[in-house]
Amino acid sequence: MEQQAYIEKLKPILAPYAKDQEALQHLTRETSFIRDLKINSANLVDVVLDVEEAFDVEIDNESMEQMLTVGAAIDIVEAKLSSR
Amino acid sequence: MERRVVITGMGVVAPTACSLEGFEQALRAGRSGIRYQPELEALQFSCCIAGKPGLDEGLIARYFDPLELRGFNSSGITYGMIAGMQAWEDAGLPVNLDGPDWDSGTIFGIGSTSVEKFREAIYKIDEGQVRRLGSNSVPQVMASGISAYLGGKLGLGNQVSTNASACTTGTESLLLCYERIKSGRAERMLSGSTSDSGPYIWAGFDAMKVCTYRHNDQPERGSRPMSATASGFVPGSGAGALVLESMESAQRRGARIYAEVCGGNINSGGQRGEGSMTAPNPEAVQRCITQALADAAISPGVVDAINGHLTATTKDALEIQNWCIALGRKGSDFPYIGALKSHIGHCLSASGSIECVAAVLQLQKGFLFPNLNCEDLHPGITEWIDASRVPQQLMEKELNILAKASFGFGDVNACVLLRRYAA
Repeated sequence: MEQQAYIEKLKPILAPYAKDQEALQHLTRETSFIRDLKINSANLVDVVLDVEEAFDVEIDNESMEQMLTVGAAIDIVEAKLSSR
Repeated sequence: MERRVVITGMGVVAPTACSLEGFEQALRAGRSGIRYQPELEALQFSCCIAGKPGLDEGLIARYFDPLELRGFNSSGITYGMIAGMQAWEDAGLPVNLDGPDWDSGTIFGIGSTSVEKFREAIYKIDEGQVRRLGSNSVPQVMASGISAYLGGKLGLGNQVSTNASACTTGTESLLLCYERIKSGRAERMLSGSTSDSGPYIWAGFDAMKVCTYRHNDQPERGSRPMSATASGFVPGSGAGALVLESMESAQRRGARIYAEVCGGNINSGGQRGEGSMTAPNPEAVQRCITQALADAAISPGVVDAINGHLTATTKDALEIQNWCIALGRKGSDFPYIGALKSHIGHCLSASGSIECVAAVLQLQKGFLFPNLNCEDLHPGITEWIDASRVPQQLMEKELNILAKASFGFGDVNACVLLRRYAA
C-alpha cells in the first residue's frame, strides 16, 4: 500500500477526534496527533481501537505508546500487516 | 447580613415534555406522561408502565457534539445535560468559552449512573476485552459524570460535584447550592438531578414490589398518589435543573427572577424508631419540616401550598399526617397540596428537581395543577385534611409561600421553602 493510500485511509478515522480540521486536510507523515490535530490525549486509545478495526490488526501496548504521528501509525500498521 | 438567593433559570426533561414551556402546558392540563412499556413486559416485569422523556435526535445534537456521542450510552447524562444547559440558557447566562467562571458551579445529583454503559463495559470485561472499553467508559460511569459533563460545557470554575441521597437528591441539591451561595462561596450554582430510564434502573424497585402491577392496561390511571386504590408507584425518569443565584448577581445583570429560596432543612431519621432503610421515621420528617420553616423564618400559618413527595404507596397518608403535625394545620385550614407524581410517576433521583421546577412555576405563575387519579381519596388522608385541599382541577391562584419536600431510601429527608418574587 502506498503512503498516500494509508494517509487517505487514516483521514476519516482521525476526523471525529481532530479539533483542527484544517490540519486534518493537510495530513502528512509528520502530522502529530496531539500537537497538529489537537486530539485530546485521552482519545489516543480510541484512535488506536479504530485503526485496529479498519486495518484488521492488533496493536500491542508498546506500539500504542509510539503511535503519536501519522508516520508512526503507518509504520506500525505496515509492520503488523507484513508480519502476517 | 445573610445573602438572599433567587432562582433565575430552569430546564426540564420530563415524561410529559422536554422543554419548560411544554412542561408547564402539560402541568396545567393534567396530562399524564405514563405509557405502557413493551420492553418491560418482555423482561417479565410486574409493572409494565413507566414515565420516559421523548427525546429527539435534534435536541440531543444541540447539546452534544459528534465526538461526545461516540460510544455514548447514558440516558441519565443525556437528560441532565439537556435540562442543565436549558436552565443556563433560560437564565441568560453565557456558555463560557475563554476561561473558567470562578463564581459559578454545580451540584447536580444522580441515583445510579449510566447503568446501560456500565452493563456494556461489564460484558466486555468479562469477555477479556478490557482494552476495548476505550476512553469513554470512565466519564460516563463515574458518579460525578453528570456534573463533569456540565462543568465542561459551561466552563464552571466553582464547586463542580454530584450529590446522591436517593429520592431526596434533587431537593437536597437545591439546598446545597442555596447554602453555597448564601455563605458567599459562589454567585451562581446550577442545581439539578437526573435519573436513567429503562429496565436496569427500575428492576430493583419492581423486585421490591413497591411498584404497581394493577394498571398495566391503563397506564394513565396507574400513578395514584393519595388514592384509596394506590398500589405502588410508577417508575419515571428524566431531569430537572434550576439556576440559583445571589440576589446581587441577579439584579446586577437584570435577570428575570422566578422565585426566592427562603431556606430549608436536610436530615435523617437515622433508621431508628419507625424509620428503616425504606420507611421514614415520622419524627424526622416532622422535624425536617419545622426546622425548614425556622431556617426560612416563615410561620406555618402562611404556607399557601405544598408540593409533596407523595409517591402512591401506603406511606402517602403518613406523609399528610406528618405535614399536619409539623404545620399545626389540618382540615380545611391545611394548605393546598399537589402530587406531581400523579402526572409523571416517580422519577427517583430526578424527582426532587423536576418537582422543584413545577413548584417554582406554580409560585411564579400562580396556579395549582390538577392532582390526577385521586378521585377516591384515601380515608387515612381525609381523616386529616379536607378534600378541597387536594385540587383535582387546575386552579388559578396567587401563591406566596410554597413548601417542597422529598424523602428517600436511607430514611433521608429534605424540605425547602420558596417565596414568590415580587419586584
